[in-house]
Amino acid sequence: MFDAIGLQDFLIVALALFSLGVYCVLTRRNAIGILMGVELILNAANINYIAFSHYGSANYDGQLYSIFVIMLAAAEAAIGLAIVLGIYRRFSSIDVANMKTLHG
Amino acid sequence: MEHILTYMTFIPLLGAVVVLCLPRENNTLVRWTAFAATMPPLLMAIWLYMNFDRSTDAMQFMERVQWIPSYNIQYIMGIDGLSVTMVLLTALLCPICILASFGIDKGVKGYFALFLLLDTGMTGVFCSLDFFLFYIFWEVMLLPMYFLIGVWGGPRREYAAIKFFLYTLLGSVLMLIAMLALYFHNDPHTFDMLILMEKSGSYSRDFQWWAWLGLFIGFAIKIPAFPFHTWLPDAHVEAPTAISVILAGVLLKMGTYGILRLCYPILPLATQDMAFYALAVLGTWNIVYGALCAMAQTDMKKLVAYSSISHMGYVMLGMATLTPQGINGAVLQMFNHGTVTAMLFLLVGVIYDRAHHREINGFGGLASIMPRYTGIMTIAFFAAMGLPGLSAFISEVLVLLGAWQYDKILTVIAASAVVLTAGYMLWMLQRVWLGPVNEKYTGLPDVTLRELATLVPLAAIVIILGVYPHAVLDLINPSLLALNQTVLSAIPMEAVAQLP
Amino acid sequence: MLRWIPLLPLIGSVVNFLFGAEIQKRMGRGAVAAIACLMPILSFVIVVGHFQELRGYGPSDRIILDSVLPWIHIGSLNVDIAFQFDPLSAVMALVVTGIGSLIHIYSYGYMDHEPAAWRFFALLNLFMFAMLTLVLGDNLLVMFVGWEGVGLCSWGLIGFWYTDHANTTAGNKAFIVNRIGDFGVVLGMFALFWSLDASGHATLVFRELADNVRHLDGMIIWGLPVATLVTLLLFFGATGKSAQIPLYIWLPDAMAGPTPVSALIHAATMVTAGVYMIGRLNFLFSMAPQTLEIVAWTGGATAFFAATIGLAQYDIKKVLAYSTVSQLGYMFMAMGVGAYAAGIFHLVTHAFFKACLFLGSGSVIHAMHHEQDMRKMGGLRKYMPITFGTFFIATLAIAGIPFFAGFFSKDEILWKAFLHNPMLWGVGFLAAAMTAFYMFRQVFMTFFGECRADHHTKEHLHESSWSMTMPLVVLAAGSIMAGYLGVPPALGGTNRFEQWLEPVMHHQTAAHGVVAATHGVVTAAHGEGHGGHSLAQEYGLMAASVGVALLGIFLAYLMYSRRTIKPDTFTSLARGVPHRVIFNKYYVDEIYYGTVLAGTLALSRVLAWFDRTVVDGVVNGAASLTRAASWVNGAFDFRIIDGLVNLVATLVDKIGGRVRLIQTGSINGYIYVIAAVVTAVLLVRTW
Repeated sequence: MFDAIGLQDFLIVALALFSLGVYCVLTRRNAIGILMGVELILNAANINYIAFSHYGSANYDGQLYSIFVIMLAAAEAAIGLAIVLGIYRRFSSIDVANMKTLHG
Repeated sequence: MEHILTYMTFIPLLGAVVVLCLPRENNTLVRWTAFAATMPPLLMAIWLYMNFDRSTDAMQFMERVQWIPSYNIQYIMGIDGLSVTMVLLTALLCPICILASFGIDKGVKGYFALFLLLDTGMTGVFCSLDFFLFYIFWEVMLLPMYFLIGVWGGPRREYAAIKFFLYTLLGSVLMLIAMLALYFHNDPHTFDMLILMEKSGSYSRDFQWWAWLGLFIGFAIKIPAFPFHTWLPDAHVEAPTAISVILAGVLLKMGTYGILRLCYPILPLATQDMAFYALAVLGTWNIVYGALCAMAQTDMKKLVAYSSISHMGYVMLGMATLTPQGINGAVLQMFNHGTVTAMLFLLVGVIYDRAHHREINGFGGLASIMPRYTGIMTIAFFAAMGLPGLSAFISEVLVLLGAWQYDKILTVIAASAVVLTAGYMLWMLQRVWLGPVNEKYTGLPDVTLRELATLVPLAAIVIILGVYPHAVLDLINPSLLALNQTVLSAIPMEAVAQLP
Repeated sequence: MLRWIPLLPLIGSVVNFLFGAEIQKRMGRGAVAAIACLMPILSFVIVVGHFQELRGYGPSDRIILDSVLPWIHIGSLNVDIAFQFDPLSAVMALVVTGIGSLIHIYSYGYMDHEPAAWRFFALLNLFMFAMLTLVLGDNLLVMFVGWEGVGLCSWGLIGFWYTDHANTTAGNKAFIVNRIGDFGVVLGMFALFWSLDASGHATLVFRELADNVRHLDGMIIWGLPVATLVTLLLFFGATGKSAQIPLYIWLPDAMAGPTPVSALIHAATMVTAGVYMIGRLNFLFSMAPQTLEIVAWTGGATAFFAATIGLAQYDIKKVLAYSTVSQLGYMFMAMGVGAYAAGIFHLVTHAFFKACLFLGSGSVIHAMHHEQDMRKMGGLRKYMPITFGTFFIATLAIAGIPFFAGFFSKDEILWKAFLHNPMLWGVGFLAAAMTAFYMFRQVFMTFFGECRADHHTKEHLHESSWSMTMPLVVLAAGSIMAGYLGVPPALGGTNRFEQWLEPVMHHQTAAHGVVAATHGVVTAAHGEGHGGHSLAQEYGLMAASVGVALLGIFLAYLMYSRRTIKPDTFTSLARGVPHRVIFNKYYVDEIYYGTVLAGTLALSRVLAWFDRTVVDGVVNGAASLTRAASWVNGAFDFRIIDGLVNLVATLVDKIGGRVRLIQTGSINGYIYVIAAVVTAVLLVRTW
């Protein structure tokens, strides 16, 4: 019965997820929120990988890459959160709008 | 015991790492750890001595691993009669020097770590049979030495350390050029010394000359041969006791070792041509010049340093003669000088630790204050003078005996130095140890147990080798006879072509 | 067993060196001395045992060998640590251990207040070891070990009281002068070895040398026959060890050591090493008549000059020292004329009477609280009868009075010298006269007349203890009896001594200095071959030398006992110049100091200066030059190269100042830009 669901369906879900992620990243001013948005974007990409892997070529490259991405995401989240924590210690705030010390 | 040479070389390095990880405050622990790290090589050296095959001139305990295959660089270790004595000497002197360094209390961790690194470098130089590897160990040895003199040395330590470093580096560069020339001269390119030796017949005379000169200057600086010797008195005067011991005991030998290991078998034709001027004449000059300079010194360490220059001259003269006696005497002299001069520097160190100066004219009558010390010192002095019954006599007689066959005039000049040596040694003995007691130093304590532990083994070796020199001669003789034959039988490439 | 002869004293020495101080502290000086005396006595016993064994063999089989350890075997050089005991070694070993033991016992009495007696006895035992190695070694190299070893011990014992600077200087002088001689020995050894090597018979073992030296015939080095060169070099070494011209200068200074040392080392044993060596290598010296001529004349000259110096000395030991030099000259004279056995014979008799004289003088010095100036002695005969008696006997022996030991050996030498060259005999004859004179001068000044010592010393004058007088008595007896070992046929004897040494000396040359071509022929000067020289002549010469000795004694008696001739008449002769010259030993020391020593020291200073300024100056100059060049280079680098770089940098900085305004620092801003750009790119691509 999964036959009914095709590649396109997956792509739609992924697109939705991606869009939500981008929206989240663009609009949030809370740093953690932005990080969550990035996670959504990454997972959208994962869905695409797996979908293409499943429906596309016969090998497992796509799935392999998705595992890499998950690992990457975990590392990115860990480092990102650490940075956020550092920022909080420094500025007592995690509002990205306040952080403009790097301006030219 | 496979890979014994690798173990001997790298266990001290491991020790250095361990020493660096130890807590900073616990100096005693650091010292004993460093001492422990030199023990396995010593035990292995004893095993090597027992198991060394004395009947062959071939390389033994060989190890061969591809290291950087794209440049055909290999990790080759192996020893023959020539190098085994030097490995033994290194393994023997390192624990002694560590014991002698227990008085160091500034930057203890750094000192011992660097010392152990130096140990690795020295053992590596004597074991490696790949030119590239040899070069790396050669440089590895240089750096710790620089810091050991430059940080833990006397008042003019920076000057001495830089002089030592730059001078030796100059030699290294010339050696590097010669090494690369040899590398590219062979097809396929190789650093493998054994292959380089095998192909020695294929190098033209001109090529041999240039390569020989490059290598020779590099090694002559290390020996040190006149006129490249002036770094030595400075380095010795500034270096801490144990470093002086290593410097005179092991590092100087690398010069002569290098000539015998590389110049002789790889460039035999050039050796035939150059031996007279570059080794025999220069060596004789070294003997007399060093002795005369020593006579004029007023600093004990400088005196011993110049006596080293003089004694290393015997090695050069001996190896130049290309007679069995001369060349055996030369290598035996390398070993004997290592032990005797080590004793002399340790003894000077003992007195320096107590009186904080080394001015020969500033003492007097120490024999009454420190009788045991004086007893051991007398053995060392008379060994340095080449008195029969002690080790240096055998090597000096062998060298001079070989030299007589080679060139009588040079022998007469060189042998006259036995009088000079007796002169400056006895004069120093008289001024420092004999005569009326200097009131300033009546309170000096006699040698401690730790100092005795450094001196007595060396004294025992000096005496044993004087009575039974074959303990060492048996090791070196086959290899040196073969080496001698290689040089003597070398004929020019052009002549090879004309052979039937 | 042979090895134990030298090894026992070595053991004694090691024990005393390591534990002597402790033993002396706990058990007293006696324990130390007991260890030290026991060892040479045991050696003596062993030597006597071997000697008896040797006597049991036929003359040509008289040799005992003991190979201890392979020593150096490299190429054609094969040397073992090995000992041999043949008639010559036996004689030497008997003298060394016998007299050595007596002197050890004497030392116990002499060093009675010495806190470092253990060191003294250890060195004395070490000396015995070295000396026995020297005389028993079966090859040149082992002999050389002893040769240098005795030098070392001599150094240690001369400078035994090392807190006095003069003593250690004397020790150093002895060692260094000996080393100059050793330099000759070493080179001689090399020349001999390689020359034999060239003929395929390389060896340093005495027995094999004796068989193979004939191969040296016709070989030339530096225009000299090898045998001549080798023997000259070896003889140069002998002049160092045995205090002959030109290297005799160290022996008088060596008197700085304790008196037993002077007796043992600088009279009886060590200084005779050179004579022994020539005796040992007589086959080689016989091949080199020119060398022998030099040896003979050097010996004669030394005998004469040392005797003249002896005439003017006041130090009781200095007189004996010069007399030793003079007597050694006689021995070399004998060796030089090819009378090897006579030379060794004189060595033996001299060992007895000179040891007796030295020990007697030691007994005097001991009683006089270390006063050595004879002008402050006199009349000691009454206080020290035994010392006087033995000293007198030994003096008669050295003066060559008939029926005492010196008479037989000295006349043998003079007779052989006469046969060789009457001029040489004349030199020896004059020396004999002077010997008699200065020895009796010494006896009269020391033992006769009024005592000139100060009151305090006088009160304590006493005969020495038994351990000192016993050796004196034994040695005095030896000074009489040793002569009867070799009574020449002319006096009704058979010269047993010469016969005993015959197996070793069978290469002896004829007394005329002609090389004896045939082996095994004893060319006794009294033999049939020399019909031209009658027994009458020999008796005449004997009478002459006895007469001249008596004349010398009479003169000494007149001058120093009766005082009918004032010594001043001689000392003030020609304004005292000759006396001053003689008293100051012909200024030879000063000449050596001024030339050789000062020259060496100056050279060493110059070279050290050269090293510091020139050689090192070049190194430092190179460094300075490099630094100067680097400064110029640095300036160029800073102004021009770096200027260009800075120009570029400034430009970039200016441009960057404008561009950087784009950076707002707002994260949202950046994200918007990224999103916009990505979207734009995608749009463009798809479109």
